[in-house]
Amino acid sequence: MAKQEEGREIQLKGKQNVTGAAEQTRPGPLFTPMVDICETENGITLLVDMPGVKPADLNIDLRENILTITGEISPFEGPDEQDLLIEYEVGQYFRQFTIPELIDRNRIDAQLKEGVLWLVLPKAEAAKPRKINIKSD
Amino acid sequence: MISRYWNLPVYGLRTHFEELDRMKRHLDQIFGQGSEARMSSRGAGVYPLVNLTETKEAYLIRAELPGVTPEDLDVQTTGRNISITGERKIPVDHTAKYHRRERESGRFARAVALPGDFDRDRIDASLKDGILRIMVPKAEEAKPKQIKIK
Repeated sequence: MAKQEEGREIQLKGKQNVTGAAEQTRPGPLFTPMVDICETENGITLLVDMPGVKPADLNIDLRENILTITGEISPFEGPDEQDLLIEYEVGQYFRQFTIPELIDRNRIDAQLKEGVLWLVLPKAEAAKPRKINIKSD
Repeated sequence: MISRYWNLPVYGLRTHFEELDRMKRHLDQIFGQGSEARMSSRGAGVYPLVNLTETKEAYLIRAELPGVTPEDLDVQTTGRNISITGERKIPVDHTAKYHRRERESGRFARAVALPGDFDRDRIDASLKDGILRIMVPKAEEAKPKQIKIK
């Protein structure tokens, strides 16, 4: 079922700065995390790349039908470190999604593993596809 | 794979890129943007993004590698170079319907040239929260030494 795509080389995308009206609560750069969204019969899974974010600094908020994900990247440098080559900046991740009504809000599950957030949004029973048997005499 | 295996930055040599970089910094200063004094802010354009810093005792390399496990990662050293190679695996569920697919998967190779000699036997690498951190202790000759003035 789950198959691995092989033989491809990673293309560098870099961090994407947030464009548009994102309200900032802290100074510093704001990044849009890369995301995969896939839907099965049972629910919607979101995979969000958030390297450098500790579970304690991650915030997932669901209000009305807007899901907001914010993550603070802890500064990587110690006080006595001097920069030689800086390719990535640290700051905050921010992304919002509109969630359909059919999600069972009480069973939403979130896990942060190796800098990737796994967010599972199960569909409510009523929203699952159901096969209807057609009887014939 | 070889073609993407860059060996930047080149310390001590003034390249055309460095000239351009200086010019950009100069212009940034005029227009009041990002005037931080950095040795280089130029990337190699190769995945993963790497930050290199130093203390008196060691060089520190950090790379953003979300979702990469230690088993899929290989860190090697030759001469003054540290190379990071590996594969980022993202399993694809072909029965599911994808609304967004922005995360990249595939193989990667990156080399970082350090500006000084180091002790290759005491290099320490760890992977936490999607960040690879490589601590490279400097060789005695590469450490700063205070010279007494009589």
